[in-house]
Amino acid sequence: MIDATYLDDLVANATRHLIGDEVLLAATHSESTVFARFNDARVRQAGTIDQSSIDLDLIEGLRHTQAGLRLSGDAASDRVRVVAAIERLREQRALVPDDPHLIINTDVTSTQFVGDDDLPPSDDALAAITRGAVGKDLVGIYTAGSVASGFANSLGQRNWFQTSTFNFDWTFYLQADKAVKNSYAGHSWDEQVFGRKLSDANAKLDALARPAITLAPGEYRAYLTPAALLEVVELLSWGSFGARAQRTSQSALLRLLTGEGELHPSVRISEDTANGVAPDFQEQGFLRPSEVVLIEHGKPVDALVSPRSAVEFDIEPNGAAGDESPRSLAIGPGDLEADDVLGRLGTGLHVGNLWYTNFSDRPACRVTGMTRFATFWVEGGGIVAPVNVLRFDDSIYNLLGSRLAGLTSEAEFVFDNSTYEQRTSASVKLPGALVDAMRFTL
Amino acid sequence: MATMTGPPSIDDLRHRFLGALPVGIDEATIRFVDEECEWLMVRRGTVEPVHSSLDAGAMVTVWSNGGSGFAATADLRPEGIRAALAEAAWWANAVAGHAIAVDPPALTDRGSYHSPAGLPWAATTLGGRIELLRTVEAQLDIDPRIVERRASIGRRHVRSVLLAASGGQIEQTFEFTYPSMAATAASGGDAQTRTYGGSAYCGQGGVDVLDRFGFCDAAPTIAAEAIALLEAPNCPTGTMDLVVAPDQMVLQIHESIGHPLELDRILGDERNYAGTSFVTREMFGSFRYGSDLLNVTFDPTVEGQLASYAFDDDGSPATRQYLIRDGVLLRPLGGSTSQARAGLSGVANSRASSWNRPPIDRMANLNIEPGTSTVAELLAGVENGVFVHTNNSWSIDDSRNKFQFGCELGRVIRDGEVGEIVRNPNYRGVSSTFWRNLSGVGDADSFAVLGTPNCGKGELNQMVGTGHASPVCRFSEVEVFGADE
Repeated sequence: MIDATYLDDLVANATRHLIGDEVLLAATHSESTVFARFNDARVRQAGTIDQSSIDLDLIEGLRHTQAGLRLSGDAASDRVRVVAAIERLREQRALVPDDPHLIINTDVTSTQFVGDDDLPPSDDALAAITRGAVGKDLVGIYTAGSVASGFANSLGQRNWFQTSTFNFDWTFYLQADKAVKNSYAGHSWDEQVFGRKLSDANAKLDALARPAITLAPGEYRAYLTPAALLEVVELLSWGSFGARAQRTSQSALLRLLTGEGELHPSVRISEDTANGVAPDFQEQGFLRPSEVVLIEHGKPVDALVSPRSAVEFDIEPNGAAGDESPRSLAIGPGDLEADDVLGRLGTGLHVGNLWYTNFSDRPACRVTGMTRFATFWVEGGGIVAPVNVLRFDDSIYNLLGSRLAGLTSEAEFVFDNSTYEQRTSASVKLPGALVDAMRFTL
Repeated sequence: MATMTGPPSIDDLRHRFLGALPVGIDEATIRFVDEECEWLMVRRGTVEPVHSSLDAGAMVTVWSNGGSGFAATADLRPEGIRAALAEAAWWANAVAGHAIAVDPPALTDRGSYHSPAGLPWAATTLGGRIELLRTVEAQLDIDPRIVERRASIGRRHVRSVLLAASGGQIEQTFEFTYPSMAATAASGGDAQTRTYGGSAYCGQGGVDVLDRFGFCDAAPTIAAEAIALLEAPNCPTGTMDLVVAPDQMVLQIHESIGHPLELDRILGDERNYAGTSFVTREMFGSFRYGSDLLNVTFDPTVEGQLASYAFDDDGSPATRQYLIRDGVLLRPLGGSTSQARAGLSGVANSRASSWNRPPIDRMANLNIEPGTSTVAELLAGVENGVFVHTNNSWSIDDSRNKFQFGCELGRVIRDGEVGEIVRNPNYRGVSSTFWRNLSGVGDADSFAVLGTPNCGKGELNQMVGTGHASPVCRFSEVEVFGADE
């Protein structure tokens, strides 16, 4: 993978090839990732991925064109290819009209963060996982390595953010679809922490061994663990918090914005960059504030505003990426103590995970999805039996609104384990949620 | 060392690969992919930034001592390929003994594939493409209640070269085109979006793909239907007949036939992420998946369909195969590795999203064969039902059984006649029950060759395009509902 010096060299060289008032923006993503995929406690696929890319934006006045390039890691050839790309962008720019939504960050603020690399050697990690999986049907993936995001422009701004993390995302299967989902992520591997996670998973497996029950469709009191609530929150993150979606009535929170829908006063949602693990700058070099409050006391406060939306809708940008999706979302905790969850649930469903959520009525923020992995029927504050998968179909204005009975006092920090195209540095911090009545339909 | 700025020739690639093979290994392959893309969009009257991209890299795989390892690199210099081979060999040996043993694919074929030539994008200018989109997008602006509108074209040129140490060589070149448009109408706390087939109107080819799906003429209807949906009543609720247009059949096939038949899911590889399957190995050859009317093929030979190819990414030659015939399940979607693990015959569907991901079992073109009924005949059999168009919501359990899908637009059917538009049509069911209630299959006149560009699966995650062709189909006794159930 490349480092900050490599990016600086590429952009400094490219800047010497600019003409007149041209401005160049450059954003990079780089990673060196090892991965090992497991099924039935054996390695299915394993290897290493080394990749770096750069996105260029060549600007003159209000005209600009953009290009992405894969970097080879060979500095001499990458310098030549970036300059060749600039020449192509210049030719294309003559064919495009002015972009009325273009805005450049002229506040040159450079930052650099390079976290410690304290990752275990790959064979040590494999050995630890293999030891922990003895006698188990383990399936999952271990990824580890450094991930970096960078920004540089011809005005002299330089930003670099690099972390080294591992993420072991795995499931212990008992039989069929009865399983316990787990993750262990961080910066350095701690055998004791991993051992505790194995023990917790084994204990849940014991509970799953009881005969499963099938519940009829209907409304049930339910506790959503942080992992379960995450599935709902991730769906909301898909185009609900952004200014563009909100200003064009496409946000699933439309009725919250118009006052026709209400969330519970205890709901607070923010983009909490200060306490996340994502870069504090976005791909056009705008810095992210430490926090953007999206919902406070159940009411909408602010939106994630990209530079383009800021111009389009005449509002202030706040460091959002072009897609206006959160990178470090946080839901504030409540006052429900972890030890009291089962007691407060009383009789109902303890939902370990939800899965495959989607909108069944987007303007009404009605969501459907499935229970998955360890979901239990609870009576009198005690686990009775695992429950066969159920489909829910309910409104956020119920789940996090009129029927929200409490949020746990501790919020869980969840690393985003998505690896589409590349590993991410996104995260979500959120509590569990106790719901008076949740609607299940199939 | 000379500076290398472009991708190497096949001869150079082969020379560098063969010249750097580690000693003592059983087999090795290199899969080189280079890709050139362009994405254009006009949104709310503004030309969004023109974006193009160039990508090139290679995945090497080494088999040794019963293990296998991968290494992906964009450094295609001799030293880069040598380092990747050494890394892959390290992994092969590191996991040997606690790996699922897989033999290397028998890659001895030499072959090639090229997307149908069609009308190449090179015959157009960037200015002309932008002007086309401006014209189309402007036609969506028919009413102040249209608050969001966009028209876009994406195109990709992808070349893939697969070489094996033992001698095989496959070269395939693809041209993909993805036209899209959408209009959102809103009033107060309600909003309705109508699109140009969701994302299903895509395929291999150039400008001809736009003509294939009537891109230049579609905008007025899309905008008018967005307004109509805003004013329309909710879809009725009840158990009724459901007639499904091809741009929703795409999703129905994909989620409730395609994914359950993926052999790696059946083998458990995906249980931590994408899920497992209600289908088991014992079902092949006897399980009644659907009614007698259900005939499903894996068909990589359909000209211009999104996932047509001559070889998969393991180098297996791809041929048309029936997966379900007269309703009976025959064959899974599994490539050579999964076939060997499961002891089942499959198809050539081991595919990777790019050079930086290893191949896994994926859908390719998965099609429902046309039947004999005209659409009028399908409708004539419906006393009370809904005709649904264009997917906008999909959710299904991890065994691919209990599903709930939503569509952009419905039209009520009464006594065989199509009536008014209704909004928020949703339906739910259980996969095999649903397919067994297939009561009518449209003929070739209602058959549409479509696809989906964004199927996600795998750990590491991968996004690939899949093709789905289908006629209009009719299902009986479906649980249908609208927004205010």
